[in-house]
Amino acid sequence: MICIENLSKSFTLHNQGGAVIPVMARAALTVDPGECVGLTGQSGAGKSTLMRMVYGNYLVAGGRLVVGDTDVATAEPRQIIALRRHTLGYVSQFLRVVPRVPTLEVVAEPLLALGTPAAEARDRAAALLTRLNIPERLWSLSPTTFSGGEQQRVNIARGFAHAYPALLLDEPTASLDVSNRDVVLSLIQEAKARGAAILGIFHDEAARNQVCDRQVDVTGFTPRAAA
Amino acid sequence: MTLMSRVAPADQPLLKVERLTKRFGSRIGCADVSFDLYPGEVLGIVGESGSGKSTLLSCLAGHQRPDLGQIAYDGFDVLGMSETGRRRLSRTDWAYVHQNPRDGLRMGVSAGGNVGERLMAVGARHYGQIRARAVDWLGRVEIAADRIDDRPSAFSGGMQQRLQIARNLVTAPRLVYMDEPTGGLDVSVQARLLDLLRGLVRDLGLSVVIVTHDLAVVRLLAHRLMVMKSGRVVEQGLTDQVLDDPQHPYTQLLVSSVLQV
Amino acid sequence: MKAGSPALAAVDPVTQRDQRAPERLGPQPEQKDHRPQNHDGNGDDQQRCGDIVGRQGETPEWAGTMTDYNFAYLDEATKRMIRRAILKGMAVPGYQVPFASREMPMPYGWGTGGVQVTAACLVPEDRLKVIDQGADDTTNAVSIRRFFQRTAGVAVTEATTEATVIQTRHRIPETPLTEGQILVYQVPIPEPLRFLEPRETETRKMHELEEYGLMHVKLYEDIARHGRIATSYAYPVRVEGRYVMDPSPIPKFDNPKMSGNPAIQLFGAGREQRIYALPPWTDVVSLDFDDHPFETSKAPHDCDLCGARHSYLDEVITDDQGGRMFVCSDTDFCAGRRAQGKKGQLWAPEPEAAE
Repeated sequence: MICIENLSKSFTLHNQGGAVIPVMARAALTVDPGECVGLTGQSGAGKSTLMRMVYGNYLVAGGRLVVGDTDVATAEPRQIIALRRHTLGYVSQFLRVVPRVPTLEVVAEPLLALGTPAAEARDRAAALLTRLNIPERLWSLSPTTFSGGEQQRVNIARGFAHAYPALLLDEPTASLDVSNRDVVLSLIQEAKARGAAILGIFHDEAARNQVCDRQVDVTGFTPRAAA
Repeated sequence: MTLMSRVAPADQPLLKVERLTKRFGSRIGCADVSFDLYPGEVLGIVGESGSGKSTLLSCLAGHQRPDLGQIAYDGFDVLGMSETGRRRLSRTDWAYVHQNPRDGLRMGVSAGGNVGERLMAVGARHYGQIRARAVDWLGRVEIAADRIDDRPSAFSGGMQQRLQIARNLVTAPRLVYMDEPTGGLDVSVQARLLDLLRGLVRDLGLSVVIVTHDLAVVRLLAHRLMVMKSGRVVEQGLTDQVLDDPQHPYTQLLVSSVLQV
Repeated sequence: MKAGSPALAAVDPVTQRDQRAPERLGPQPEQKDHRPQNHDGNGDDQQRCGDIVGRQGETPEWAGTMTDYNFAYLDEATKRMIRRAILKGMAVPGYQVPFASREMPMPYGWGTGGVQVTAACLVPEDRLKVIDQGADDTTNAVSIRRFFQRTAGVAVTEATTEATVIQTRHRIPETPLTEGQILVYQVPIPEPLRFLEPRETETRKMHELEEYGLMHVKLYEDIARHGRIATSYAYPVRVEGRYVMDPSPIPKFDNPKMSGNPAIQLFGAGREQRIYALPPWTDVVSLDFDDHPFETSKAPHDCDLCGARHSYLDEVITDDQGGRMFVCSDTDFCAGRRAQGKKGQLWAPEPEAAE
């Protein structure tokens, strides 16, 4: 489902003297449907960078990055938009929302973007929020006022609203207590069971061992290490 | 010119712009601008003052005539069209949301009359139905129905802007040009307006070209982004990619200069 | 007067009068009198007035009274220009044709447009009727009628059925018109969209591109504010399904008379310099909404003098206690009915008319 070959990335900081910072070279990775692959490595090694490249958030310097049928490295922006809408989900570390939008709307949005009828989308959102222990009285409030853990759970609910065939999870269990962590892990297991290909970053080693079928250390892709 | 069909094939660009150039004497207004816009896409154009973004928008919307380049809407050559054709397009298929709502509204006409005008312009002749549609649209932009007979001069800035949006969208245009639609509005009002616009884009399948200097607005609203400097496009791509991984020096400067709240 | 000495200021600082002696300006060329000359004043055919020639090619008798004016006041080039505008207007019913409005011996706002159109249309055999709000005997109607008697020498009448050219201010006669008659309307503001869209550039575009949504906005606003379309005069109409036209400030009661009328209807606006026209048998529809159809309206009374049930009425206050009577606005129509013996509630025998 996700196939990465010979991927490389560097940043050029024009406003700091044109410094070139290579961050990745010859990265290779595959994730099959129903599989969960965990990215490991020290902070700054490039885990999030790799994930963002898969999502199309960072430009690829070289190599192939195929998700489903689309090579994200060379795709047109609108192809990537279509990919993100139907195929590729992403739960980032930070919840970014339009201010003053109710939580229920935030979570329902991926379904609405796909044309799901509003009532059905909201029902599904409500079910997810309930499962993630967000009380109903918060559903009509904007998540920008929530605690870190609550925001994270809203973020996860949004990421799992639609059954994406491919899913990118960046620290989904961070700042969650044990019971909510278990909910998230079971969501991941369910996604795997329906055939989703999942790429995840988990700081929590226990969680990682529980859901990941394989683990890939991105330190191996860092240019300095390779040299 | 035949009436446009309402369903554009999703693999054909709704708007195709090639090498658009507008000069003012020896000064460049905008130069060599090319892009495609597909149905349901929001394209943001950002730049600082003098970047040429407003010139570009006014050339696209037919308010000014470019010196070079092509604009094709749904396959039709817009610049080669008669003015009759262009005006008809701007009444039916296009919409233009001005930065200052007073420029886009008739201040001497009631809110209901403002919203109903485009309907009456395309032949609606049943008062009751026109009024019902006006009430519907006022509801969609969250203006209370009992204000339908008030003049826009009695509305707040945010309400005027929402009324302008309702007035423009009532005939279901396919392409909307927006010039700093949230500029001049209170921050608290901006957020609701942005969410409203997102919902309308999604529900109506609108294509939008939005010009703004506010990067936060484009991040929330636009799928794709074009960065302009001195009349030229220096970078374009997915919004989040351009903002998170800027390649061009000017873009990097722009992004890093945004004040954090 | 001696030529002014160099010491004298050209303009007197106290009186502000130009003190330069006329001689100082040089000899004046001799002024040729271009007006038609008729030196012995009795129609001697050696001294014919300008172009005044009757149908049979001989000098008509009335030419003898004409000494100062070209026929119907306007010079022939102007009449030609106005006729061309009229023909254009007839070719495109309801379209406002610009014309070069001349300086007339009455101020703007007093019917100069109508007078110029009438002047261009008149031929010596015409019989002219002039009405003002339906009445032949108001000051303005009388003065315009006298103007044409003096400058064109045409016969005049108060009877609608006998007139060949009728100039009207703000009413259409009740008596139906016939083929061969010309009705000339006086128009203050020819542009129906003017009060909604003040820019002439925009209104011209709107007519050109048939963008008439704004017209219906006006009617919408009326219904929203008053519960019904409140416009009661100068009610906009659509001509032959194309141009929207202001029919001049006639009461909307008169609107239906414009459609399918066998007469030629001409509209002249002197100050705004526009002429428009409705050829005979033109389709004229008053604008409305499907659920608020156009309705004519008049005071729910009969004429107190002649008993007419379906004519437009003037309300006349008769005393200081608010007593009032309703009388036909069309004086000729009312007089005609009374001559036939029809009577209204307040009818009284007419005094013998001194003829």
